[in-house]
Amino acid sequence: MGSLRALTVSQQIGLLFVAIFGLLILATVLAFWRSLKEMTPRQAALHHRFVLDLRAVWIGTVLFWISWALGAAVATLLFAVVSFLALREFITLTHTRRADHRALLAVFFVVLPLQYVLAAGRAFNLFSVFIPVYAFAVLPILAALGNDATRFLERTAKIQWGTMVCVYGMSHAPALLLLSFPRYEERGAFLVLYIVIVVAVAQITHELVARRLRRRPIARHINRNLSWRTWLASALAGGLAGGLLYWITPFKPPQSFLIAFIAAGCAIFGDLVMKAMKRDAGIQRQGSTGSVTGAVGLLDRVAPMCFAAPVFFHSVRWYFGA
Amino acid sequence: MTRPEAVGLALSFLARLITGAQGHWYGCPPKAEQRIYFANHQSHFDWVLIWASLPRDLRAQTRPIAARDYWTATKLKHWITREVFNAVYVSRVRTEDEDPLEPLAEALRNGDSLVIFPEGTRGNKGDPAAFKAGLFHLAEQFPDVQLIPTWIDNVQRVMPKGEVVPVPILCSVTFGAPMQLARDEDKRTFLTRARDAVVALRSVAA
Repeated sequence: MGSLRALTVSQQIGLLFVAIFGLLILATVLAFWRSLKEMTPRQAALHHRFVLDLRAVWIGTVLFWISWALGAAVATLLFAVVSFLALREFITLTHTRRADHRALLAVFFVVLPLQYVLAAGRAFNLFSVFIPVYAFAVLPILAALGNDATRFLERTAKIQWGTMVCVYGMSHAPALLLLSFPRYEERGAFLVLYIVIVVAVAQITHELVARRLRRRPIARHINRNLSWRTWLASALAGGLAGGLLYWITPFKPPQSFLIAFIAAGCAIFGDLVMKAMKRDAGIQRQGSTGSVTGAVGLLDRVAPMCFAAPVFFHSVRWYFGA
Repeated sequence: MTRPEAVGLALSFLARLITGAQGHWYGCPPKAEQRIYFANHQSHFDWVLIWASLPRDLRAQTRPIAARDYWTATKLKHWITREVFNAVYVSRVRTEDEDPLEPLAEALRNGDSLVIFPEGTRGNKGDPAAFKAGLFHLAEQFPDVQLIPTWIDNVQRVMPKGEVVPVPILCSVTFGAPMQLARDEDKRTFLTRARDAVVALRSVAA
């Protein structure tokens, strides 16, 4: 694999895209072949879930490819749009009151754009604290000005948490794109791809492993499929994928494995948190079944990424002093 | 493409961006039949939402009702309601010799579909207010036109009364099964039944 590192950037990109699209095509063909066989309802449901995950990976990869071709500015914009859609879904699912109107406007039309502008401008110091410090101070003020004390803490927490996941978390993906290391210029996009692949591998592994490995769930009331073993398997698979991809990163193989392991572990727990949130909002069905509110399940797809990306970003930045 | 068409597309894009504007055809397919859609009314956004959730080829022949005094007051309002939405104007001030339903009846005679909000005014409570008699009279005069109950969900959260800028929140429009005026059904029974049909769609939407 060391020789892969010696290739030029464009050769590496070419190779990577050939490999990824090849794998995706292979997975799609396998999924199709499997769909021709008889399945029990449970298997059919799992298969359906898998097909949806696969489709999400397809869309993500194609979008990534487009943004790669069109540059970092387009990629940042693209992630900003995804962030907007995810936040819209989050706010739809939580119950806000009339007095929150101004705070919500601020989140959508001030905080979200500013966060992405900060990312695009590589102002990473302010970028890291803008939402958890400044936005979190201003949002409760705006909500309080709405003159409604009913469930104030709960409402504020919901809005802030939505901002944290959908804006702060998501914005770290394009930030990775723009992060520059010594002797690693122009390759930030690889880090985005890296984290996307690691998270996707962890999620898909979790789907597959959870069928075979029925162990005591960690949190029975939230997700019956998640046990310590399935978590470990998914995080290991993510770590392994990261380890194998070390040549597109600035890391050495063991570092790469460890960082990917942490990110994948976070992603799986992120999925758990999102499920808990949905249970709390009274949504039993998982997304993508076309619930009538129009919440299409985008949040389900991006939440693991939103949890993994900040941890990944900050650990990388801290470690390399970038 | 003409300018009204372009503005229409831009408006429906905006509505989709902010609310998703999902149309759910629960009791009837989106077909080019003559119909009266009647819906709960909570916001100025309601009409745009219904309009954006209709398939494009149905939009041209589905017309809203606009209060003449308000929607012709400025050039822009007049242009949008006339050219983009093809609205049916009604006057709110009632004169002695004029039937307020006449413009609606004329549109129906022309074969157009209508969207009406039978509560008469925007409500801000969860349940729709009692329906006004207009729907009953139209159903009496045009027994062949399908009456489609319609539930608009979530829109009050997008733009509460008194606010100007909409918050992006997903909304949906649920279209129910067509209903008709039964033989010998009196006004009150019919209007209650119609309102119940709209309210019943709420549980479908949730």
